[in-house]
Amino acid sequence: MADQVSAREAIEGPIPTLDPAEALARAREGKGYWKRVWESLKDDKVTIVVAIVLLLIFLAAIFAPLIATHDPSKGSIIGRLKGFGYKDHLLGTDETGRDMFSRLVFGARLSLISGVLPVIFALLIGGSLGIAAGYLRGRVNTVIMRSMDVLYAFPSILLAIAICGILGSGLENTLLALTITFIPPIVRVSETVTVQVRSLDFVDAARTSGASSASIMCRHVLNNVLGQILVYTTSLVSLSIILAAGLSFLGLGVTPPDAEWGLMLNNLRQAIWVNPTIAALPGVAIFITSMSFNLLSDGLRQAMDIRL
Amino acid sequence: MWRFIGRRLLYAVPILLGVSIIIFALVQLAPGDVTDILIPPEAPKEVADILRHKFGLDRPVYEQYFIWLGNLLQGDLGVSIFTNQPVGSELASALSNTLMLAIPAAFLGFTLGAVLGVLAAFFRGGWLDKLFSGIAIAGVSLPHYWVGIVLVAIFAVTLNVLPAQGMGPEDGDVWDSLRHLILPVITLSLIPMGVISRLVRASVLEILSQEFISALSAKGMARRRILFHIVKNAAPPTLAVMGLQFGYLLGGSILVETVYNWPGSGGLMNLAIFRRDVPVLSSTILVLAGIFVAINILVDVLQALIDPRLRR
Amino acid sequence: MTVADLRKHFPIKRNLLGRTLSAVQAVDDISFQVIKGETLGIVGESGCGKSTTARLLMRLIEPDAGVVTFDGNTVGGAHGVGVRDLYRDVQMVFQDSYASLNPRMPISMSIAYGPLSQGMNRKAAMAVAVKLLEQVGLNPVLYANRYPHELSGGQKQRVNIARALALRPRLVILDEAVSALDKSIEAQILNLLIDLKQEYDLTYVFISHDLNVIRFISDRVMVMYLGHIVEVGRVEDIYARPEHPYTKALLAAMPSMDPRKRTETAPITGDPPNPIDPPPGCRFRTRCPHAAQICEDRTPSLNDGAATGEGHLVACHMRDRRSGHPEARSSGASQ
Repeated sequence: MADQVSAREAIEGPIPTLDPAEALARAREGKGYWKRVWESLKDDKVTIVVAIVLLLIFLAAIFAPLIATHDPSKGSIIGRLKGFGYKDHLLGTDETGRDMFSRLVFGARLSLISGVLPVIFALLIGGSLGIAAGYLRGRVNTVIMRSMDVLYAFPSILLAIAICGILGSGLENTLLALTITFIPPIVRVSETVTVQVRSLDFVDAARTSGASSASIMCRHVLNNVLGQILVYTTSLVSLSIILAAGLSFLGLGVTPPDAEWGLMLNNLRQAIWVNPTIAALPGVAIFITSMSFNLLSDGLRQAMDIRL
Repeated sequence: MWRFIGRRLLYAVPILLGVSIIIFALVQLAPGDVTDILIPPEAPKEVADILRHKFGLDRPVYEQYFIWLGNLLQGDLGVSIFTNQPVGSELASALSNTLMLAIPAAFLGFTLGAVLGVLAAFFRGGWLDKLFSGIAIAGVSLPHYWVGIVLVAIFAVTLNVLPAQGMGPEDGDVWDSLRHLILPVITLSLIPMGVISRLVRASVLEILSQEFISALSAKGMARRRILFHIVKNAAPPTLAVMGLQFGYLLGGSILVETVYNWPGSGGLMNLAIFRRDVPVLSSTILVLAGIFVAINILVDVLQALIDPRLRR
Repeated sequence: MTVADLRKHFPIKRNLLGRTLSAVQAVDDISFQVIKGETLGIVGESGCGKSTTARLLMRLIEPDAGVVTFDGNTVGGAHGVGVRDLYRDVQMVFQDSYASLNPRMPISMSIAYGPLSQGMNRKAAMAVAVKLLEQVGLNPVLYANRYPHELSGGQKQRVNIARALALRPRLVILDEAVSALDKSIEAQILNLLIDLKQEYDLTYVFISHDLNVIRFISDRVMVMYLGHIVEVGRVEDIYARPEHPYTKALLAAMPSMDPRKRTETAPITGDPPNPIDPPPGCRFRTRCPHAAQICEDRTPSLNDGAATGEGHLVACHMRDRRSGHPEARSSGASQ
C-alpha cells in the first residue's frame, strides 16, 4: 500500500489538504442545482420579460397609493364610462365615473392576495402532506391520499363555490375555499414526485446514516422534489387568479365597494352596451397576470428540465 | 376486466360517502338555518321551534345526516326553501341545459386541442408550433367569463349578428336555438382546448423521442402506421385529462352560464346562492360531484381497455 | 455477524382482505456467518436474492423472519440494538454510483451527513469528509464542492466509499460496488478497497455477479441460487473443487484464458425458474443434470452434505450418502 501511495505522489505530487472551515464555505459555493437553473433562466428572454412584468404588477399593487392618479372610490356623475384619456383619466372612467387606472392599480391588491395567497397556503399544506405521504408510505399514505380522492370528486371550482356559496361571501371564505381547492392537486403531484425520489439509492444511503425521517425529508428529499412542485404550483397561480376573480365576479368573493378585478368586471357588465373597451379592461388585467404566471411556469419547467 | 370495473365501482362508494359528509358538514356550518329565511325575525320563538321540529333540526346532528342520506339514496334531493318545489325536477331540466353546452364544448375543445397539439409537436420549434403553443397558453390563461363578455361585445353589441343571452324562445326553430348556442360553446371550449393541446403536444414529443418509434421507422413502417402507435400511446393520459376537463366544464359552467344567462345547473346554483336556498345549492353540488365521479370511472375503464397494463 | 434463517418474501398479489396470495420468495431462510476481518463474497445470477440479502442486513427492508446478530448483539426487535446503533458499525456501498449520491448536495456534504446525523458538529464532520476524500484519492481542494453530475462513475464510487466509511464502520457491505464501472476503473477501485480494508481493519461482505472479481477479493465465497445458499467455502476450495452442480456450472461458464480448457457446450441452460412459484425441493433441480426424485421431495440443507475441507458446506443431496440420491457419493464425493 505504501508503495502505491508513493507512486501516486510521485506523479501528482502530495495531495494537498483542506481546512474544514474552508471546505464548508466551498461546499456552499459549489455550482449546485439552483445555480444552474438560474443560469439557464438568465438566457431565456421570454421568462425574464414575464418575470419583470409580474414584478411591476406586484410593485404597483404594493405602492398603489403612490401610483394611482385619482382616488379610486371617488366617482363623478357627469364623467361616467368615458374613453381613454378623458380629461386626465388615462384609462377612462367606470360606470360611476371613477378613474379606471387607479381602480385597476388598487384592484391588483385584492386580486393578487386572493389569487396568490391560497396557492401559497395550499403549497405549504399540500406539499408537506404529499411529501409525507410519499416518503412514509404505508398507512400514512393511504389516509392522506384517500382523503384527497374525496376532495377530488368535486370538479374544479365547484368545491370553492360550495364553500363560498354555503358559508357566505367575503375575502376570508374565498381564501379558505381556494386553498382547499388547490390542496388535492398539489398533494398528488408532491406524492408522485416524492415516491420517485424515495426509490433512489441516496435516500437509502441517508437512512444508513441513522438520521431521522424528518431530517432525511428536509435535507435529502425536499431539495430534490421542490423544483417540480414549484413549477406545478406556479401554473396553479394562474388558474387561481382566474378563479378568485371569477368568485368575485359571481358575487361570492370580495364585497363592494372594494376594488377587485373580478368584481369590477361584474359591475361593468352592463356597460358593454355603452363602452365595450372600458368594460373589458379588468379582464385584460386578469389575463396578463394569469398568462405571465403560465409563461413563468413554462420557463421554470424548461430551466429545470422537467417533463410534464 | 369485469373485476376491474367492479373494483372501481366499489371504490366509488367511500368517495361518494365522503362527498356527502363534506356537503352535509358545510350546510351545518352555514350561518343561520332555514327558520331565519322563512320567518321574520320578530315572530315568536315558538313558531321557529315548530318549524325546526318539522325539518328535523332538533335531532342530533348524526341522526340528521342519516335521515338526509337515506332520503338521498331514495332519490329525494330535498325541497327548495324558496319555491317549495322538489329540487329533483328543477335540477333535471337545468342539468340537461348544462349538458347541451358542455357536450358540444367538450367535443370542440378536445378535437381542436388534439389537432393543434399533434401539429405543434410534429413541427416542433417552427412558426406553426409557436403559433399553436401561443394559442394554447392563451386558452388556459384567459378568464373565460371575460371572454364571454368580449364575445358578446363583438358579436352581439357591435356586429349584432348573434344573440347575447339566454336560450331563445322555447317554440323557436332549430336554427335560432343553435344561434344561441354558438357563443357560450366557444367560450366554454377555450380552456379544454388549451389544456388538451398542451398535453397532447408534450406527450407526442415524449413518445417521438422514445426508442421504439425509431425502431418502427427503421423497420420501414409507413408513417401512418407509426402515427397509429403514437396515438395509441398518447391516448390513456389524454383521456384521463379529458375526463377531468369534462367535469370542469360541468362544475365551472356556473361562470359562463352567468354571463350568458343560461338556465343550466350553474345558473341554478347562482340563483340559489343569491336566494340563500341551501337545499338547492347543496343538492346541485352533490349531483354534479356524483356525475364527475361517474365520468372518472368511465375514463378509467376506457383507459384500461386501450392499455391493459392499467388493469391492476 | 451471524445470520440465522433470514427470510423475505415480497407480496405481489393480495386478496381483498390484504392477505398475501402469492409472493416473490426473494430470500428464503438463509443462514451464514461473516467472520471478523474477512471478505465474504456473495455470488449468484441476477435475481438470486443477493441485493435483498444486503438490504436485509442493513435493515433497509424489514425481514419477515430470522435473526441477525452483530458482535453478539441481536439487531432489531424489542431487546436488540437499534438500527441507529447498527449503522455506526455496519455501512453499505450501493451499486448505482449516481443514484446513491444526492444530486442536489455537494459531495463533501454527502459524506459529512452521516457524522452530522450521529451528532457530530459541522466542522468536525467536514474534517472527516475532507480526510476521507483524500484517502479515496480525490483531492479535496478540487472536489469538495463538486456535485455528483460533475464526477465520473469511478469518482462517484470513490465518494460512495468515503461516505460509507465516514461513520467508521467495522463491517462494510458492498452491493455490486464495481459492477457498473469500466474494467480499468474497476481494478483501481478494488485496489482502493483492499488498501482501505487494511488501514481501517474492515470486514467486507462483497456482493457481485462477476466470478473473477469475487475470486480476486474474497476470502470466502457464498453461492446463492433463487433465495437459497447452495454452497459456502474458502475461495480456493470453491474455485478449485466446486461441489454443487450449480457452482460447477457457474465456474464452467467463466470465459477461460486457456484455449485448451475452453468448453464448447453451454454448461447451464435455460433461465432460473420464476421465484414467485419456486419448484418444491431443491430449487436447482429443474436445470440440474443430476436431478433425482429425492431432489423434488426434500429441500437439501447446507448441513446435509458432509463438510469437505475447512467449513466448505454444500446444499446438495449428492453430498449426503444417506439421502438416497442415486449418484450420492459416486460423483462429487471425491475430495
